[in-house]
Amino acid sequence: MTISVAPIAVPEPPGATVRDKLQQYLPRLVLAPSFALVLIFVYGFNLWTLFLSFTNSKAFASNTLVGLTSYQKLWTWTFETDPPSSWYTALVNMGLFGGLYVVICLVLGLGLAILLDQKIRGEGILRPIYLYPLALSFIVTGTAWKLLLDPGIGLEKAVHDWGWTSFHFDWVVNPRMMIYCVAIAGIWQTSGFVMAMFLAGLRGIDGEILKAAQIDGASAYATYRRIVIPIMRPVFLSALIILTHMAIKSYDLVLSVTGKNPGGAAELPSTFMYSYTFTRNQMAVGSTSAVIMLMSIAAIMIPYLYSELKEKNR
Amino acid sequence: MLRRLMLSAAGAAALLTASVSAHAADVKEVQMLHWWTSGGEAAALNVVKQALSKEGYAWKDVPIAGGGGEGAMTALKAMVAAGNPPTASQILGYFAVDYAEAGKLADVSSLAQKEGWAKVIPTALQKFTTTNGKWDAVPINIHSVNWIWLNKALMDKIGGTEPKTFDEFLALLDKAKAAGVIPLALGGQPWQEATMFDSVVMSTGGPEFYKKAFIDLDESALKSDTMKKSFDNLAKLRAYTDPNYAGRNWDLATAMVIKGDALVQVMGDWAKGEFKAANKEAGKDFLCFRFPGTDGTVIYNTDMFAFFQVPADRQAAQLALAVATMSPAVQSAFNIVKGSVPARMDVPDTGFDMCGKKGIADVKAANAKGTFVGSMAQNYAQPPAIGTGAYHDVVTKFFHGEIKSSDSAVTELVKAINAAK
Repeated sequence: MTISVAPIAVPEPPGATVRDKLQQYLPRLVLAPSFALVLIFVYGFNLWTLFLSFTNSKAFASNTLVGLTSYQKLWTWTFETDPPSSWYTALVNMGLFGGLYVVICLVLGLGLAILLDQKIRGEGILRPIYLYPLALSFIVTGTAWKLLLDPGIGLEKAVHDWGWTSFHFDWVVNPRMMIYCVAIAGIWQTSGFVMAMFLAGLRGIDGEILKAAQIDGASAYATYRRIVIPIMRPVFLSALIILTHMAIKSYDLVLSVTGKNPGGAAELPSTFMYSYTFTRNQMAVGSTSAVIMLMSIAAIMIPYLYSELKEKNR
Repeated sequence: MLRRLMLSAAGAAALLTASVSAHAADVKEVQMLHWWTSGGEAAALNVVKQALSKEGYAWKDVPIAGGGGEGAMTALKAMVAAGNPPTASQILGYFAVDYAEAGKLADVSSLAQKEGWAKVIPTALQKFTTTNGKWDAVPINIHSVNWIWLNKALMDKIGGTEPKTFDEFLALLDKAKAAGVIPLALGGQPWQEATMFDSVVMSTGGPEFYKKAFIDLDESALKSDTMKKSFDNLAKLRAYTDPNYAGRNWDLATAMVIKGDALVQVMGDWAKGEFKAANKEAGKDFLCFRFPGTDGTVIYNTDMFAFFQVPADRQAAQLALAVATMSPAVQSAFNIVKGSVPARMDVPDTGFDMCGKKGIADVKAANAKGTFVGSMAQNYAQPPAIGTGAYHDVVTKFFHGEIKSSDSAVTELVKAINAAK
């Protein structure tokens, strides 16, 4: 995320002491190191990657510019569907995984939050249970789900042992269905977090409004549909942004669930970028895919930031 | 504590005076980047460590866990780019060539000439340890990928004998299937499928074809009917796996053979380490044969130690490491533990098990006959852009049915290789 430093304009009183001056500059001084670090290690390296994408870098970075060659490669790969190129698979999987992950996390998170918000007993215990998966690293989640879903030792075997022998669930070893297993693991991990965000939003709603709605005779459904959910629009937006960027940068989850990409069917833009840059020694192509990932994130973030800032100015 | 402090203070003082004196003391320390962190691997590396400590050199690990060394290669890149390379690093195939071409490696040729390495290291392998005739790396072992590993008890139960041809292999797998065991233990990951395909191509086309297709990248060979037949043969093997093979790790597949759930695994000789760790004995509990139809050839990969350009005071340590690594005693002891065979062809095979003995003999014979060739899947035939890149992609897509026929597989292979060049 970006760090924005608001300009601090304090009119300088005549004859200000050194102490006053120091106090005036203190916020800037404190923020300066992190600002400089972000400037170099985020934006500086963004530019460096952009530069590399126009070079012929292979194993090591090279300074020889070759123009749009790498972009042309990716562009042709985008339309290679039979057999699917790695880049095409990565894009399709990104759409499938990202779409399912974001939408289901939002729906589940909101649903859980509404249910937990009914002043039930034991909320203090339930809430951390839902939130707990987020404390695990994606590698752990991925490995656990891989084992759970493995037909030979996990879910399918357990159901067979219970007597339902026609039960069949082999998604995690079927290259075409693997990406859905990645989505399942991701949703399990993150929906509790989204729930916490929504729960905070729900708690922030003024009780008077809800009482007024009740007096007017609105049903519970209508109250949520017409009042609560619209009020929570900012929460939706924040959750959407967080989920989208988590989906796009998801890397360890897909590797651990699918087991090193069998059939080349579990590619995501992030795994594509890593393998081209570091294991296949085609750094230029890897950088190009990174630039395209950055641009797609920007395409989501910039309209959001714009609308948020516009609202504030109003 | 106080004593230690005083000692180190004394040491520091000694170091100071030493560096002030005209004859700067050599750093008696070897900094080594490697990813041999698992039990057996670490034990093997310990052999080198001990040999060095006898010479008075301390050992400083820069270990980075992770089997294939991907993380380590990334870390090494960063260290070299920052101008702070380790004394030496474990390195694979074309990565050594990359660093040599970038001018980052040291020259240990004078030592190589004195010790006569060129005569004892297989000729084909020297492509990776030398650049323009200069030695910049040493091999510690030779692995080969064209092996099959069988559970002996199951073999006896179904009355199987060593398969000599691909068809006999299929017949053996059929027998296992009829007896109700999983015939072929496979981990369905791109590198494992591609590694198996190396052997299938060698078995189908023979060493001359293999060299023409994979070493020379001859387009007519890559598109030939022999290559198509190789893909068809690979597809035949798919019928003998269990349905849950996709994404399985190689060591889990080996465990299936060890436990007797499956008859055979096609894997490089690092699989022997798993048998050893399970206290299984070659010839008694498990059998090792060359992949049917590839006897007399060795499809190799090797672990090397590449030497980086280091300041003058660290060069003595570097040479000491080179001497230790190449000493026949170390090569023998290291490889008995690691499960591979010595990179030196003049090391006696005493102490090795039957698989090791066969491996040592095979390397010698194959080197003499010119059938000692690099593994395409392991990036010893072509650089990673083509090996890990194009080759793995096409083989795994074919194996999992994304590429539907051997006709389109060869077309895709040529296309992918050309795109990666």
